Amino acid sequence: MVGIGSFGGYIPRLRLSRKAIVDANGWFNGALRAYAKAERAICSWDEDALTMAVEAARDAFADRPRDGFKALYLATTSAPFEDRQNAGILAEALRMGTALNTMDVGASQRAGTTGFIAALDAVAARGGPVLFVAAEKRRAPAASPAELLYGDGAAALILERGDGVVKFLGSRSASVDFVDHYKGKGREFDYGWEERWIRDEGYMKIVPPVIAGALQETGLKAMDIAHFCMPCTLPRVVQGIAKQLGFTEASVRTNLDGLCGDTGVAHPLIMLVHALQEAKPGERILVTSFGNGCDALIFEVTGALPAMQKARRGVVGSLKRRKEETNYSKYLAFNDLVKMERGLRSEVDKQTPLSILYRNKDMLHALIGGRCERCGTVQFPKTNICVNPNCRAHHTQVDQPFSEFTGRIMSFTADNLTYSPEPPAHYGMVQFAEGGRMMIDFADVDSGHVEVGMPMRMVFRIKEVDPARGFTKYFWKAAPLGDEKEV
Amino acid sequence: MAKGIRDKVAILGMGCSKFGERWDCEADDLIVEAYEEALKDAGIETSQIEAAWFSTAIEEQHVGKSGVPLAMALRLPYIPVTRVENYCASGSEAFRGATYAVASGACDIALALGVEKLKDTGYGGLPQRGRGALNSMFWANVSAPGSFAQLAAAYRAKHGVTREDLKKAMAHISVKSHDNGSRNSKAHLQNKITEDTVLKAPIVAEPLGLFDCCGVSDGSAAAIVTTPEIAKSLGKKDLITVKALQLAVSNGQEAQHNAWDGSYFATARAAAKRAYQEANIDKPREQLSLVEAHDCFSITELVTMEDLFISPEGGAVKDVLDGFYDADGQVPCQIDGGLKCFGHPIGASGLRMIYEIYLQMQGRAGARQRQQEPVRGLVHNLGGFPHQNVCSIAIIGKHGA
Repeated sequence: MVGIGSFGGYIPRLRLSRKAIVDANGWFNGALRAYAKAERAICSWDEDALTMAVEAARDAFADRPRDGFKALYLATTSAPFEDRQNAGILAEALRMGTALNTMDVGASQRAGTTGFIAALDAVAARGGPVLFVAAEKRRAPAASPAELLYGDGAAALILERGDGVVKFLGSRSASVDFVDHYKGKGREFDYGWEERWIRDEGYMKIVPPVIAGALQETGLKAMDIAHFCMPCTLPRVVQGIAKQLGFTEASVRTNLDGLCGDTGVAHPLIMLVHALQEAKPGERILVTSFGNGCDALIFEVTGALPAMQKARRGVVGSLKRRKEETNYSKYLAFNDLVKMERGLRSEVDKQTPLSILYRNKDMLHALIGGRCERCGTVQFPKTNICVNPNCRAHHTQVDQPFSEFTGRIMSFTADNLTYSPEPPAHYGMVQFAEGGRMMIDFADVDSGHVEVGMPMRMVFRIKEVDPARGFTKYFWKAAPLGDEKEV
Repeated sequence: MAKGIRDKVAILGMGCSKFGERWDCEADDLIVEAYEEALKDAGIETSQIEAAWFSTAIEEQHVGKSGVPLAMALRLPYIPVTRVENYCASGSEAFRGATYAVASGACDIALALGVEKLKDTGYGGLPQRGRGALNSMFWANVSAPGSFAQLAAAYRAKHGVTREDLKKAMAHISVKSHDNGSRNSKAHLQNKITEDTVLKAPIVAEPLGLFDCCGVSDGSAAAIVTTPEIAKSLGKKDLITVKALQLAVSNGQEAQHNAWDGSYFATARAAAKRAYQEANIDKPREQLSLVEAHDCFSITELVTMEDLFISPEGGAVKDVLDGFYDADGQVPCQIDGGLKCFGHPIGASGLRMIYEIYLQMQGRAGARQRQQEPVRGLVHNLGGFPHQNVCSIAIIGKHGA
């Protein structure tokens, strides 16, 4: 048997009020007013599919060792790099070592489930564990319905031999070149077709036989499914399919529309993680997705799930960790959807010397510093000579990861002078409980609500983007620990 | 133990250009302006200078690298010219080079000259620039005000000072420097301001407002140094000599080791201790007549008064508010307006501070002359960030004092 051994989720803290979007764009397209309630999750300027993937995976790892993984698959259609393996950066940030098979899966909204099936097959064939992460941050043109319906988020699953917390029962797929939308090479945005056609010729004709096939393969009936996870923001589609196939009304799970929004490739997984945080042992879960065909996967919850449910932030915790954003202009700026006067200070050349990046990848991507084998002092960065004035031993430093450390703010500022995509730039000295400190940028802080002594955790974020060369630089930042953990 | 520099080197002449927004000048115009004053003051010819040290910090904005820009501007006759850079303490480094050269006997007369042309970036404040390829990949997105502002957060936490009380003391520092600058015709800013103006100014980096930050200026300053014997032989009386020259440089301890609490400058304390020893000073609060501190930000000046052991630790707020450091106080600090108002052309700043002490010692400071005749003055010149910096301390005084 193959099962899910652990799960994690991440939805960015910022929730853009849909009313703010409609207030700005309703004059142009009155039909948008139908969506003017509730909100959608948006990335901060320094988050993207990769940074969200890191957060979701950290949630799934919890305290579990990160070595010995056979593979890591990352599913997304919004990867920061077209030709540089994004899963490889993820593996580095997660300190999973190099002896694993990494792969990016994309090119279709179905990538979240096709990648998932491939990962399950890999575990069945060659053993696990395998980490599977789906993350999405789709850009949409201003004044489009997509802008209101999309959301940003990520989910992560650790797959392994055995029943895990949820065992995999079976799946069925169909590949159909049904083009409800596409994104051509080099294009910024999707181009889509009429919704009624997508509903009647797409969803209603392609999905039901695949679900029926999956049920048949697993020897189950529709009424045996307690949780029916199917992302779709078109009205009445999921209810229609449920009715047609005989699912109970109660089994149809919320698509989280108005909470986080449709997180694209990540959404079937986000709905699954959301279901896992509420499901009971013995319950069966159906996960489907639609995009150039359809996938349907069926799982059964084991007795091991309840112990894990409270130990993960997942989707439930992510939804609770929320800050409303009513400034639509800020969203446009964060997503480079409007030409901004960013000032002369933003014009500094941001080239990344790739040889330096490679040489320091452990430090920059995995936040690995040093620990002196002689005196035990931990420090960042790792150097040849120990920083402890009472030691100063040469060449005694071994690798010391800092990414799971928590610390407290020793000093900080909110800087209006330095260039930042979101001024004022907050940064300061963070001192770690385990020892060591760093002067570091802050993330997810609110002006006027930062204090000396505030507990912080480390998060993998965009350091800056080199617009001249299309290169995104990543490093770690300090974010409020909040209610995530106690120091 | 080395005997140190005390009374081995005399200042033969000094010069300083007008600081400010010198839109009509290139760096070499400013160099010549400072140099001609220094040369005239020294009463020598260019041919008598045997070696020169040239300080600039952000040379890519103006003259470019090397000693060549100085040699070309002054048409120096194929003598040694060394360009030095050590963050905002660069000017003091040029002075140290020239002074040590004379003290060693390697040359009789040496020149230290610093210049900076900072107003050609297209925006206010210091130029944005790289920190080194790897540093740029992980350092926090720090600006100068943002890094120094953190002194305030840590100082408040350590000494239990409210934001309002600290802001008030910081405001007093800036008001005092503007008062002093108003009596200095070479100063960049010569306007008086009120405490209210300081407290209501927009925040640059919390809690530093606009008037807590020094200006960014164009300017140049120069010193010509020699031995006391040669100075006398050239007809100089009442010599002003170097009492101490110390430099302390962060080794990463503040940035990486948890011993430092962020509320003071570890370098300043180390350099001050050594400088007092070198100058034979054991009670700085009584023995110093004047202080020129590196007041890049009001909070820097405040904590520095403690790091120089003039105010007791945690006592600078009271001393500042009592007027101890005002122009008519016991130890005037920034009697010329300081970086805050005289201005801060980086490469020139350390030399400008020495220039002020030098003028005051000779009673040549005009409207801002300290009434009680000064005997010893301290120059504190700092570069970098509180957690990673270069701190220079020079003590200048009357020969034999």
